[in-house]
Amino acid sequence: MIFDVKQIRKAFPVLEQKVNGKRLVYFDNAATTQKPVRVIHRVSRYYEEENSNVHRGVHHLSQVATDNFEQARRFVADYIHAQSAGEIIFTRGTTESINAVATVFSHLVNTGDEILVTAMEHHSNLVPWQQLCTRQKASLKVIPVNKKGELDIDQLGKMLTAKTKMLALAHVSNVLGTVNPVKEIVNLAHKKNIPVTIDGAQSIAHLPVDVSDMDCDFYAFSAHKAYGPMGIGVLYGKEKWLNQLPPYQFGGEMVDQVTLDTTTFNVLPYKFEAGTPNVAGALGMETALRFIRETGIDQIRKHEDEVLGYATEQLSLINGMQLIGRAKDKTAVLSFVVNGLHPYDLGTLLDQMGVAVRTGYHCAQPVVESFGLTGTLRASFGLYNTLEEVDIFVDALKRSINMLK
Amino acid sequence: MTIKEKQQAVIEEFSMFDEWLDKYAYLIELGKELPLIDEKYRTNQYLISGCQSRVWLHAGLKEGKMILTADSDAVITKGIVSLLIRVFSGFTPDEILASDFEFLNVIGLKEHLSPTRANGLQSMVKQITLYAKAFQLKSKSNK
Repeated sequence: MIFDVKQIRKAFPVLEQKVNGKRLVYFDNAATTQKPVRVIHRVSRYYEEENSNVHRGVHHLSQVATDNFEQARRFVADYIHAQSAGEIIFTRGTTESINAVATVFSHLVNTGDEILVTAMEHHSNLVPWQQLCTRQKASLKVIPVNKKGELDIDQLGKMLTAKTKMLALAHVSNVLGTVNPVKEIVNLAHKKNIPVTIDGAQSIAHLPVDVSDMDCDFYAFSAHKAYGPMGIGVLYGKEKWLNQLPPYQFGGEMVDQVTLDTTTFNVLPYKFEAGTPNVAGALGMETALRFIRETGIDQIRKHEDEVLGYATEQLSLINGMQLIGRAKDKTAVLSFVVNGLHPYDLGTLLDQMGVAVRTGYHCAQPVVESFGLTGTLRASFGLYNTLEEVDIFVDALKRSINMLK
Repeated sequence: MTIKEKQQAVIEEFSMFDEWLDKYAYLIELGKELPLIDEKYRTNQYLISGCQSRVWLHAGLKEGKMILTADSDAVITKGIVSLLIRVFSGFTPDEILASDFEFLNVIGLKEHLSPTRANGLQSMVKQITLYAKAFQLKSKSNK
């Protein structure tokens, strides 16, 4: 199927608007993506025609809702190549997913144990582990990131010790765009019997995800960063783990039998899905992933690489430009600063010209500070962005720089 | 000039600009003026929280009037800071507490005070009010 970005853009009504009288150039996809009409309509259609609580009713609507909800789960399992739908837990998003793992892992982490993370982590894949270590009196060890924004794999290997109880890392960095060699890293960790949790928030919309091939123990991602609705995400966990770990939230849906004294829990995955799920969200997520599959993830990667490459090249020509994150394997994210200029000032002026980028720490304060900065500008691309938009962005950036110098 | 008159003067200055970018160019000019705060106050103690652009604020009382000095590491924020100082510094706590910050809204800069901007400006506005209240209480208890 030919990748036709003009055709693709037609499906995204939000992109047609003007901001401050200028055409919107939306380069903030790492924060959240825009939704194609089919996703918006799927969510609406659910509420218009199918809405009912799932798993419990005997009536028609509840059967329809349940069937569709479970179909969405099966689709996600298939999409990320999980072994079974029981390994797919619907959550509110990546942050909740990772918090869930860190919480239920508590009893397996004791005084003197180690949790290993990297210096490039988003706060959502850093703070839960940090807090776990504080609670259990364990140590948080951090794999450093080099000046190019890459992990030193040898160093990583050395930091996997007999005391390490979990390795948590990002598949793709939201600040640096670095794609980490997760399969190789999981392999290293497993040689020492160390489980691995992967933050897939920035990868799911940009490259193929195969959890069986990676062999990771946990994988987390959000729908809203992959053209799906907010408020829904996935925690993938290997069945062997999910079976032995306790639930992290309790209540309706996740129980089997309840008396006033004791409760038995439901089977997978329901054991980890307390309360009424975000059914509309799950259906929206399925629709979004189908959209990505239909468009072709390889085509998407190729297109985004082209946009990223062009933007990188154009930016490099600007005097005083400092690109942050120059890993060999990168996707869709371009962080930078211009010497002597505050990202907030540039971001504000770009906004006046219709260009939406993000400024600041990007919820990854340690990695930004490791470059000696208090913030960067970040342009992050999605499948609907064009080379023409890059031209507008570069032009606007040059104008902004001139205004501030 | 009263605070109200100073605010009106700022509003009139800004009404000369039709284009947003010209407004910002003017703000940038204002922001580029000499540092507005004594180096010794550019520390964590006087730092008002703001995760993107930082703002330092110092308030002193001289002959019953509040003297404000402030600075920011982002030029546009600094421009807005300079407007606040121009309008509010040199007045009594009572006069400051009796006025409002609406003029920023009128000149179209209110969005910079929104919490989502996390630029310390909203905190600075709060802090000016807190300083004024504190000085007011202090002078009442001294009487």
